[in-house]
Amino acid sequence: MSSIKRKNLTSVQQQYQDFARAREPQRPILANCIRAFIGGGIICTIGQGIQWFFITYFNFDEKTAGDPTVAVLIIISVLLTSFGVYDHIAQWAGAGSAVPVTGFANTIASASLDSKSEGFVLGVGGNMFKIAGPVIVFGVFSAFVVALIKVTITSLGGM
Amino acid sequence: MLQGHQTWVFESKPVIIGSAAIGGPFEAQGNLAKDFDLLHGDIWLGQDSYELAERKFLEEACETAIKKAGLKKEDIQFFLSGDLINQIMPSSFTARTLAVPYLGIYGACSSSMEGLSLASLIIDSGFAQTALVGTSSHNAACEKQYRYPTEYGAQKPPTAQWTVTGAGAAVVAKDGEGPHVVASTIGRVIDMGLSDPFNMGAAMAPAAVDTIEAHFRDLNISPSHYDLIATGDLGRVGHRIAADLLTQHGLDIPVEKLTDCGILMYKESQPVLAGGSGCACVATTTFGHLLNRMRKGELNRILIIATGALLSPMSYQQKETIPCIAYAVSIEM
Repeated sequence: MSSIKRKNLTSVQQQYQDFARAREPQRPILANCIRAFIGGGIICTIGQGIQWFFITYFNFDEKTAGDPTVAVLIIISVLLTSFGVYDHIAQWAGAGSAVPVTGFANTIASASLDSKSEGFVLGVGGNMFKIAGPVIVFGVFSAFVVALIKVTITSLGGM
Repeated sequence: MLQGHQTWVFESKPVIIGSAAIGGPFEAQGNLAKDFDLLHGDIWLGQDSYELAERKFLEEACETAIKKAGLKKEDIQFFLSGDLINQIMPSSFTARTLAVPYLGIYGACSSSMEGLSLASLIIDSGFAQTALVGTSSHNAACEKQYRYPTEYGAQKPPTAQWTVTGAGAAVVAKDGEGPHVVASTIGRVIDMGLSDPFNMGAAMAPAAVDTIEAHFRDLNISPSHYDLIATGDLGRVGHRIAADLLTQHGLDIPVEKLTDCGILMYKESQPVLAGGSGCACVATTTFGHLLNRMRKGELNRILIIATGALLSPMSYQQKETIPCIAYAVSIEM
């Protein structure tokens, strides 16, 4: 916990938190990192396989094969989410299953599934981007800032 | 009658004449499967939403408890109920089905013992002859409201707990056969500054300890008075902290006497991380398993301490810490 957060606590609260922390199981960070590496690696390998498939058997080159590959991964992820499998994979793989495009598809599919009982407009439509929304908002904003920096530097004669 | 600072002693010893526990598929695989009156194979119960399914669980628990008490719906004079869904929706909608005078309560996971305390108070004071207490929780409905969508792939830490899907209900009456509610200690809200909703055990343990200490101090009895002292859904993490905290405060409870409903509920092999939680955890364990053991004569005096984390999804987002409460109810055969 950060020291700023701790400053607002009374000494009794601080004492108790140390007392409690000594009795809590810690997150197995090293094991989680290894699992994330393996889990994420497997997903990316599957993606690579799909890309190879599109290049070899269909008329795609390395550049154009990206779109159908991502689409297939998204469909697989949505299906796994709907069958209730993805969250179990994620409990094991952690960040490994959250970071790739499959994780993003999972956030949207899971939020939609849960909200279906509130109807298609207020439920699914309104909540679909509950988790993915912030990623899109700040992703687009960061891209905008980076683009501004690039334009400024180029117009000043750099790069 | 008030004894000490915060303990009610029920002179007339209200009787639990009937109680019921209903569970879901995950509970059916657990340790206490035998003690449930009805176990469902899926979590939907043929309903259109998780919230409606939870209401169904609660309705079934209430019906079964009334039936086991040998009464009819019309014989119930007051219904007290609480749950975890926004505006205690399953409770209020069950009250609509039952169509009896209703008091909605909210004590998060401690609602069962808050309800039992109030029902006993109503009976003891002579304001009614029969009262029904109910409470429910639903794993998916709870995840959806408090955490992430149910199918969202987020890795949970080892301190997280698994919300029990099910409902428990009990009929408390002036006269009859069954375990007696002898006393109950109303807890204070304790906040030790923890804010992690994936570590409720550590947040709630101090509230449990505070109420247990108050109970023994007010009644001037020692832990040896009870055959079993069960805290509510602290889970493995909170249970360990509470046990050590009690020892530190000089209240030695033998290891075999102090247990936790969140630990009792599931088998070690089930992937529930630190153990069970939710309103139905204490409710089904007490109204099913523990009262059954009392009726069989295995236990004579028990103390149930139901703990509740009084956070809301909004308070968490606004970076507030988690206030916690605990109610202790003493039940004797």
